[in-house]
Amino acid sequence: MTASIVHRVTGSGLAIVGLAVLTWWLTALAGGADTYARFTKVAASVPGKVVLIGLTWAFFQHLFSGIRHLVMDTGAAFEVKVSNTAAVITFIASVLLTAALWWYLLGVAK
Amino acid sequence: MSVGESSTPLGKVRGLGSAREGGEHWLTERVTSVALLLLGMWFIASLLILPALDVRTVLEWLHAPSGAIPMALLIIVGFKHALDGMKVVIDDYVHDAGNNFALNTFLLFLAVGGGAIALFALAKIAFTGAA
Repeated sequence: MTASIVHRVTGSGLAIVGLAVLTWWLTALAGGADTYARFTKVAASVPGKVVLIGLTWAFFQHLFSGIRHLVMDTGAAFEVKVSNTAAVITFIASVLLTAALWWYLLGVAK
Repeated sequence: MSVGESSTPLGKVRGLGSAREGGEHWLTERVTSVALLLLGMWFIASLLILPALDVRTVLEWLHAPSGAIPMALLIIVGFKHALDGMKVVIDDYVHDAGNNFALNTFLLFLAVGGGAIALFALAKIAFTGAA
């Protein structure tokens, strides 16, 4: 239940905010150094980072939740206990991967 | 079972109904999701592997066919999957036929327009050389 609505919310977020950021990033790159600098300035700001971290989590959550849905599409894993455990795993995996990725990006890379 | 009958629930609904579609939409959503699983992992891994994220390095990456081709696929499949997914959300929550049609049409224009802008930007990077 929760996993299902979260799948929709993360999917909608990725579709609207995620693709908007991707498109802005590409057009900023195509525009050259000046427009790219404007993009990275916003992206590196605190609200910018919050949006990017949020999108990263939404991506991983939607990905793992999507795999769970693909498995259930085959008719498997419908037992309440299995289905719920899988849902919990999607949340743990998405949070851990998001944390690891941003720990690397903010700590090691920069 | 006679010839032409399908044993799976999806097989039974494909091509049926007055619109002759719906089953295809469902299947397309899943096929694009698997493609995006691969393309999404490629995108994140590439960003992590790049030595830096400055304009020069990123442009060089997307200028090369090894970067431009998967990125083009990510844009096309990403916008298609987003369009298919948002249509499900709209169809589930907006029941008024007029509003549903208007919103779905707006969504279609947004997805095709956005995808075209992203693809054009990528084409410019790929074909006009890294800055």
